[in-house]
Amino acid sequence: MPNEGVRAVHAHRMSRRKMMKGVAAVLGALAIPAKEAPASVWDAFFQKNFRELSKEDLDKVLARLEKEYSGRYGKAVKVRATPPIEGVLYGYGLDLSRCIGCRRCVYGCVDENNQSRDPQIHWIRVLQLNKERGVDLEEAEQYYNPAKVPEKGHFYMPVQCQQCESPPCVKVCPVQATWKERDGITVVDYNWCIGCRYCMAACPYGARHFNWKKPGLPAAELVTETHYLGNRPRPVGVVEKCTFCIQRVRNTPGRYTACVEVCPVGARKFGNLLDPESEIRYLIENKRVFILKEDLNTRPKFYYFYAT
Amino acid sequence: MRKIWEFFKGTLVLVSKGSKAYYAWMVSLLVLMAVGAAAYAYQLQNGLIVTAMRDEVSWGFYISNFTFLVGVAAAAVLLVIPAYVYKWKPIKEIAVLGEMLAVSAMVMCLLFVTVDIGRPDRFWHLIPKFGILNFPQSMLAWDVVVLNIYLVLNLVIAVYICYKHYNREEPNPNFFNPMILFSIPAAVSIHTVTAFLYNGLAARPFWNASILAPRFLASAFCSGPAFMIILFQVIRKYTRIDIKNEAIFKVAELIAYSMFINLFLLGAEVFKEFYSDTIHLAPMHYLFFGLKGHSNLVPYIWTAMIFNVTAFFLFLIPQTRENYVTLNIGCVLIFVGVYIEKGMGLVIPGLVPDVLGEIYEYAPTGTELLLALGIWATGFFIYTLLLRVAIPILTGEFYVGDDGVKPVIVDTEFIRRVDHLAEQSYRD
Repeated sequence: MPNEGVRAVHAHRMSRRKMMKGVAAVLGALAIPAKEAPASVWDAFFQKNFRELSKEDLDKVLARLEKEYSGRYGKAVKVRATPPIEGVLYGYGLDLSRCIGCRRCVYGCVDENNQSRDPQIHWIRVLQLNKERGVDLEEAEQYYNPAKVPEKGHFYMPVQCQQCESPPCVKVCPVQATWKERDGITVVDYNWCIGCRYCMAACPYGARHFNWKKPGLPAAELVTETHYLGNRPRPVGVVEKCTFCIQRVRNTPGRYTACVEVCPVGARKFGNLLDPESEIRYLIENKRVFILKEDLNTRPKFYYFYAT
Repeated sequence: MRKIWEFFKGTLVLVSKGSKAYYAWMVSLLVLMAVGAAAYAYQLQNGLIVTAMRDEVSWGFYISNFTFLVGVAAAAVLLVIPAYVYKWKPIKEIAVLGEMLAVSAMVMCLLFVTVDIGRPDRFWHLIPKFGILNFPQSMLAWDVVVLNIYLVLNLVIAVYICYKHYNREEPNPNFFNPMILFSIPAAVSIHTVTAFLYNGLAARPFWNASILAPRFLASAFCSGPAFMIILFQVIRKYTRIDIKNEAIFKVAELIAYSMFINLFLLGAEVFKEFYSDTIHLAPMHYLFFGLKGHSNLVPYIWTAMIFNVTAFFLFLIPQTRENYVTLNIGCVLIFVGVYIEKGMGLVIPGLVPDVLGEIYEYAPTGTELLLALGIWATGFFIYTLLLRVAIPILTGEFYVGDDGVKPVIVDTEFIRRVDHLAEQSYRD
């Protein structure tokens, strides 16, 4: 009997050793840094939420990221964390009577914001709608592909993050990895997001996109002027979204977003909602604007209108 | 302290001992767990792109299984209420098995959530103090809290009951009764919070229906207990524990009532959507009849409907409820029916068509299926380990010796052949 007991305990020890091995393997696979990993890997692992970083910590984080990206892509990458400009609340206007559905904005956005090319991630989706049905999303077609746009009987409605004043995506995030900045832009901390995708289920506009695999971004196409909360290269397994080109509009006050610049028909307008002289305020005053899914009370700062 | 340590050592001896059937069962589970681990390693290596989930359908098979298993964990409370509130003896003897099922189901839930997230290395962001738990704004934060409380609560209750029984003592009511009573609202809370997780999303009309939480509860009181009934018979057949017929039939009767409420609530939902016929009908139309030629879920949901209705009648009629053939058929029908209805049947239509009207037909990939298989095997493995200790305790084959410290182990087989069992009882 005692012999049997000893054997059983021994068997248990063996299985525990095996189990510990298994645990180690899983931890390794989870990419938790090993003992001999360079200090920067540990720094990344234990990095705090962006909003809890002190000035010194933030500088260190930015320097670490610049070094990492510059090494990976073989060219100097600048990562800034320019704060919001006081007295600015960004608003966007989209003229549905002008949009021709050419999707230049889609690819202009991809180029500026360093989205993954393989698989493709698009922050802007252009819907082809039937004129007789109006804005009926159930009838929308995203994958239209004629030789020439616009097609007869159709109009086009680009949809991107509506930069809600009351964003449902922010409310649901279990770790506060996404939030609305003072200038009204909803941002994601790619180093804090756990990739649960609850925000994607909560967003009524399909504005949030997930890095299902390691983003494929050719070094030659990398835009090197980046923002921590915007177009810096993203890791696998996190959510990303339109930030009104935060790297442009904060670093260079008054600059347009890439989609506004690239639009060949001038359908896209952008400006400061708090400035009574701004173009966006002019069109809200003088055109009849509407917002998407107003019944959900998300209060978008993205205004659709028909100028003609 | 030494007494507890000896008890712990005794449990380790117990789980490492058993008949050939016990070893065979455990080894097959370990093999399946290894398969699941390999699938997970593959997924970690390549990203969640190896699943069929995409931006349009951003939650799939993993979250469906999670949702279903939250329901299975309800089995415990359906046994706890008659056992401890109404002090009904036939169920009181086996209530601990329900609590252990809840523990196993909770572990599986947590595993399914873990494999679903894109950055499992950042799980610590959820831990208050170290990370930031967005409580009380995020329903997912609530879910993390209530699921963990429920897991710990059931584990403590089950271990406490077993330990007391092992010492041949009665549980201390001042400690035990508050915990048991608290476990009842806690069980309700895990379902309510999980339902609210979907329910609170105005962007998804299929989930944004007030009836969701009551439906969750009703279906939970079907699937978990159906599983329990089958388990009770297996346990009764292959181990020495005695589970009385009347306990099993009582559980079956409770299932009939729950299934009626479940079907009624579903009917109310279906009526409202189809009769009012607004644009919010699209997801339900997709589920039951397909949408614009896309109909992946249609055969499954009708299977579930037929299964659930059939099982309802089998459990309602006393003759079929108290006949083991029809009873077991009913249990399987309910388990499968609710698995479809409350798993993929709940999660996928919430996301199809997506918020901009796109239809992406989701069907899990091999990786997702294998990984899920591994997690189910893990759940069974844990449940078997718990039973391996609990059952000898309940049958009096594992108890503290006369010195009050050293454990006595009589049961060295656990899973026995039936003829062997008969022979043994003859000898007794």
